[in-house]
Amino acid sequence: MRTGDELPELEIAITRTLIVAGAIASRDFQDVHHDAESARAKGSPDIFMNILTTNGLVGRYVTDCFGPAAVLRKLAIRLGAPNYPGDTMVLTGRIEDVDGDTAVVRVVGANGIGRHVSGTVTVSVPQQPPSPQPGGTP
Amino acid sequence: MFEGRPAVSGGVGKDPVNEPMIRHWCEALGDTSAAYAGPDAVAPPAMLQVWTMGGLSGNAGRSAAYEELLGLLDGAGCTSVVATDCEQEYLRPLRPGDRVTFDSVVESVSGPKSTKLGTGYFVTTRTDVRVDGEPVGTHRFRILKYAPVRTYAPSVPSRAPETPTGQKPQVAPTSTPTPTRPRPVINRDNAGFWDGVDRHQLLIQRCLGCRALRFPWLPGCNACGSGDWDTVEAGGDGTVFSYVVLHHPPFPAFDPPYAVGLIELAEGVRIISNVVGVPYDKVRIGMPVRLEFVRYEEGQPALPVFRGDLPAEVGG
Ligand SMILES: [Zn+2]
Repeated sequence: MRTGDELPELEIAITRTLIVAGAIASRDFQDVHHDAESARAKGSPDIFMNILTTNGLVGRYVTDCFGPAAVLRKLAIRLGAPNYPGDTMVLTGRIEDVDGDTAVVRVVGANGIGRHVSGTVTVSVPQQPPSPQPGGTP
Repeated sequence: MFEGRPAVSGGVGKDPVNEPMIRHWCEALGDTSAAYAGPDAVAPPAMLQVWTMGGLSGNAGRSAAYEELLGLLDGAGCTSVVATDCEQEYLRPLRPGDRVTFDSVVESVSGPKSTKLGTGYFVTTRTDVRVDGEPVGTHRFRILKYAPVRTYAPSVPSRAPETPTGQKPQVAPTSTPTPTRPRPVINRDNAGFWDGVDRHQLLIQRCLGCRALRFPWLPGCNACGSGDWDTVEAGGDGTVFSYVVLHHPPFPAFDPPYAVGLIELAEGVRIISNVVGVPYDKVRIGMPVRLEFVRYEEGQPALPVFRGDLPAEVGG
């Protein structure tokens, strides 16, 4: 865990099912997240992912990368281009800062029309005992 | 006037933190972390807000001030809402059985902002979440309450059912009038220019005192002050002197992104118009362009625009 480390990217298919399931699992019943006709009447070409689902996916991305012992401390995101059905979002991350066992990770999720989400995640990863390294490289 | 006022006072989570809702969330998001299952399960931290959601039965505990704010924005036509920012801090993990309480305060309300979705107001609230009176997390949330700038036609046209009784159908098909482009303001100082446009001529003014060319049209010469002039017709060759790409806010009848060029004509004067024939992100300073007239709307004059050419692809 070093400043500048890149996280492996995670590709997420933005299906209608994911958008609706995420909205309902987050108890967000705003019609723009499940009712395409209502979404169009409100100026959107289709339903789109709610912010709670995006937030959850960003959290999942970071804990997937750092393992089950990782503890999220802060999660701050800003939304840009909406996630519409049929698109794909690619999450990428880079460690911006490390302080002891805590890292600040810059995360970006890009879809076919632009940057859906950008944000920073502060995550603590409890130190594991150092594994012996062959060759004794410090 | 709303900043600092409570949005929710003494809110209580409708459900205690519980395994089924955690499982449904993980299932929906494809989160397979071992931390959220089993006897020592914690809730995914990003669920913090979920435990405060009112759901279909509404948000009890919303303050009169917050309802008034939302009502005012609705009244101003800002009936649509979209979340733009979420900042959460987690002080300790939530576990099944925890029952959250929360208080929200309006941190800020922006002035009217022009956005791609429409003009609206950003409203930021901060929510403090507690369990047994102890803080467990905070949650800052920003929404845009906006007046939608456009609506999309239904994908399946809702056809009015034929009713033999002649009764009005219950659902009338919605028809949005096609927005039109702004019309040119034609006055005695520029009427000659628009007359030229009608004939597909781009006319440049020429001072009869000092022969200087000028564009756009003006009643007098900047160089010598003479009010006498005639015109010369532009040959049509030019180069992109500068340009911008308009992404937002969108204007009715225009479809961003598109490139607007400041074109230097071969005659030396500059004119602002659209650059066409080249993807908006391929327009470059110095790119040669050629005048053409394009009619964008029935019954309106064809307008002078400039067509660029991409360098030919080298075949392999
Ligand atoms: Zn002159």
